[in-house]
Amino acid sequence: MSGPSNYQPGSAFEKWLDTRLPIIRLGYDSIVDFPTPKNLNYWYTFGGILTFCLAVQIVTGIVLAMHYVASAQPFIEGSNISQAFASVQRIQRDVSYGWLIQSLHTVGASMFFIAVYIHMFRGLYYGSYKAPREILWAIGVVIFLLMMATAFMGYVLPWGQMSFHGAAVITNLIGAFPVVGDALRTWIWGDFAVSNATLNRFFSLHYLMPFVIAAMVGMHIWALHVPGNNNPTGVEVKSKADTVPFHPFYTVKDAFALALFMILFAAFVFFMPDALGHPDNYIPANALSTPTHIVPEWYFLPFYAILRAIPDKLGGVIAMFGSIMVLFALPWLDTSRVKSMRYRPLARQFFLLFVVACLTLGYVGAQPAEGLFLIIAQIATAYYFLFFLAILPILGIVERPGNAPASISEAVLKPGAARPAHAAAE
Amino acid sequence: MAEANTAPGMMTPLGHGAGTNEHDASRRDFIFIAAGAAGAIGAAAVVWPLIDQMNPAGDARALATIEFDLAKLELGQEVRFTWQGKPVFARRRTPEEITKSEQTALSALKDKLSRNQGLPASADASDANRVPVGPDGKPKPEFIVLVGTCTHLGCVPVFGQGDFGGWFCPCHGSHYDTAGRIRIGPAPANLEVPKLAFVTDSVVRIG
Amino acid sequence: MKPNIVALGSLFGLLAFGLAPSALASESKAHPKHVGFSFEGPLGTYDRGALQRGFQVYKQVCATCHSLNLLSYRHLGEKGGPFECFPAPQTEGEGEAHGTAHVRPICPATPNDNPIVKAIAAEVSITDRDENGDEIDRPGRPADRFRAPFENEQRARGANGGALPPDLSLIVKARHGGADYIYSLLLGYGENPEGLNVPDGKYYNPWFPGDVASIWSGEKNSVPEGGLIAMAPQLEIASQIVEFGDGTPATPEQIARDVATFLAWASEPKVESRKRTGVVVMIYLILLAGLLFVAYKAVWRNQSH
Repeated sequence: MSGPSNYQPGSAFEKWLDTRLPIIRLGYDSIVDFPTPKNLNYWYTFGGILTFCLAVQIVTGIVLAMHYVASAQPFIEGSNISQAFASVQRIQRDVSYGWLIQSLHTVGASMFFIAVYIHMFRGLYYGSYKAPREILWAIGVVIFLLMMATAFMGYVLPWGQMSFHGAAVITNLIGAFPVVGDALRTWIWGDFAVSNATLNRFFSLHYLMPFVIAAMVGMHIWALHVPGNNNPTGVEVKSKADTVPFHPFYTVKDAFALALFMILFAAFVFFMPDALGHPDNYIPANALSTPTHIVPEWYFLPFYAILRAIPDKLGGVIAMFGSIMVLFALPWLDTSRVKSMRYRPLARQFFLLFVVACLTLGYVGAQPAEGLFLIIAQIATAYYFLFFLAILPILGIVERPGNAPASISEAVLKPGAARPAHAAAE
Repeated sequence: MAEANTAPGMMTPLGHGAGTNEHDASRRDFIFIAAGAAGAIGAAAVVWPLIDQMNPAGDARALATIEFDLAKLELGQEVRFTWQGKPVFARRRTPEEITKSEQTALSALKDKLSRNQGLPASADASDANRVPVGPDGKPKPEFIVLVGTCTHLGCVPVFGQGDFGGWFCPCHGSHYDTAGRIRIGPAPANLEVPKLAFVTDSVVRIG
Repeated sequence: MKPNIVALGSLFGLLAFGLAPSALASESKAHPKHVGFSFEGPLGTYDRGALQRGFQVYKQVCATCHSLNLLSYRHLGEKGGPFECFPAPQTEGEGEAHGTAHVRPICPATPNDNPIVKAIAAEVSITDRDENGDEIDRPGRPADRFRAPFENEQRARGANGGALPPDLSLIVKARHGGADYIYSLLLGYGENPEGLNVPDGKYYNPWFPGDVASIWSGEKNSVPEGGLIAMAPQLEIASQIVEFGDGTPATPEQIARDVATFLAWASEPKVESRKRTGVVVMIYLILLAGLLFVAYKAVWRNQSH
């Protein structure tokens, strides 16, 4: 996608094609010959894993759409089970391998988020958002937002109790906006409450979004291939000695990591498909009664905790959206000249504390928003924003970073030599 | 291990350095082929569920057989119902119709095969081979049960029109007789007779 | 000594997790009795005898009030179902002569050919319409859905003092604790705790989710756990009515266990295929990961990194 190309068309056909549509050249330059830092560790395999996750969701999703019925009408006369709910059960019970495909899709959503969170924390730790990769990072945040929207709408589709009341809670957030809130909410519902119309449009958009995500992933990879990969040292590639060709070095490493990831994936799909879900979503949607303990899917819990930590409705909504928006500003909030936190002793500790804060938010997000939990959520929320808005900007000025190696090769040859003493154990 | 660093610019992943010998190379090739083959087998195994899911599901398969009580039919009456989503015609023929159909010479037929799922493919299209066989093993010529899909392009023929007293397909003008055999028109074959089995004296199971 | 922010943070995190149980007093509840069903674990399968007995209990007792809307009679004879296979009918005398001789079971290709499933369906009268559009009652067929005891929610509530008996198709998946919960709930009825004023038409059950503080006249901090359920205790009566064909004594514990097994199957009839496939997939993936690791090592062998 960038830089000089080493592609040599072999056959006459390849030569002919190369002068008309250099698609083989594109593939060769991007995933075969692409010079990649030779010190990428396993945290860097999650990009490939995420591509796999997206492919799984799209393929299984297309299949499920062949059987799913987006209708809130009763599936048989007199029943309070909707056609949507019954069609998901029909997939589980009657469609050949439907149980497998549906389970892959549901569990796949969780796996997607596990991978994306690791991918994001990795970028955060190694400073992958810093120049010249600000756009790359911003596209990543857009993909994350799209993923959240897609996952939310997908969770509504089975039309169980959690689907229905989860949709009600989240769409009601929009009502918090001044002036236009009510009109906007009604417009999104297409009715005066979450209804059949809402279900239908959510299905339509749930089908559309993954293709938008796929396009954004293409841009993400494009933006990655212009400056090339960051790496654990945060030191840019200086010479060819710092790199290896992507294939076979990283294709095989990514494939191995993917196989490990698939073992985890399969363990959930085949042995505990409901472990990450909530029993209440196996109760058909009932507009007259809300589940006593309503929680979103686990991957939204930290944001849900931030929402509830603020005692004001609009304030909570702003904080929740702000917690993601702040990521867009991150490349300019972090003032340090050193990329990788490997060589930033203080930032490292604040980063680990940030991870703890995120996990804590995830935990309290699943608990009732009262008493001690509320206080914990507020402290963790405060730290979340402080980390981006105060700690990172100030640290860049006051912190004395350790000595980063002169090049990747040097770091590889003399591990530990260039690092601050207390980082050597890493 | 370390000599790689003495060769800056080295880009080929395989077969460099003094330590490499032929044995190593073939061992590595074997590993790559094995890993690649294992991956390919896995990918192929995943394809099957994705294909099979498009086949009829359990609820559709459960309706693959249905039962029908022929005793409900009055003389000359035709009843239509669906089986596997396809139209089925069940009709009680009059004695004149039966005689006429039985006397039709095979040579007068356009399609000389029975097209009866309950008979071998080579059975001829005589009237006896088109009608259901009762629980006593004797043909019941007063009844005829047909899949009502024109063998031309799948339209549904109507009864009582056409030149042979049977069915007529309005789409492209195929004429069938009272045993559902094609006589004139573009249709290449007789109307299909589904597999029939009597559950009681008059209740027949289709499929 | 540097101030260790990580240690501080971890302490903070631990605090959050550690305090959870005490702060959760209102939510915390002992897990229902761990019954140890045969279908638990990565290799568990359904006990066919328990499934068949459980179906009998459903049919004779539960079906009076509870629907099973997502199931059809054919499901009983499908792969993994209670009546998938049955012993071959024996000619007179043969069975007695050989005593417990090995009988090869018959497993019909489709539930439509399964005489047991057909007989179960045929016992039920299904409301349908004839060719004139008139309402008729006809014997059920395997493809028919389980007939619901009430035509609609209003009638179901009307016949049950305003409470709606839930559909049981997914009850095991839709409740925390699953089959253990069903088992414990059914056996959980007993004497009402002293000081609990249970209204007429309701029953106290320690396993039923709810809050009985408003009818509790005892000490404020010792409100009994559990809730008020509209379903009367069933097992005492059930053990009088039900007689198992296979000679298993119909004790309340046995009935609870069998019906919980049947309802677990009803919630997820494909469990056995899922687990069987899972074992093969896991073995494959572990082998694949092993091969890829060796390939990874071979590729990177001469490359410092």
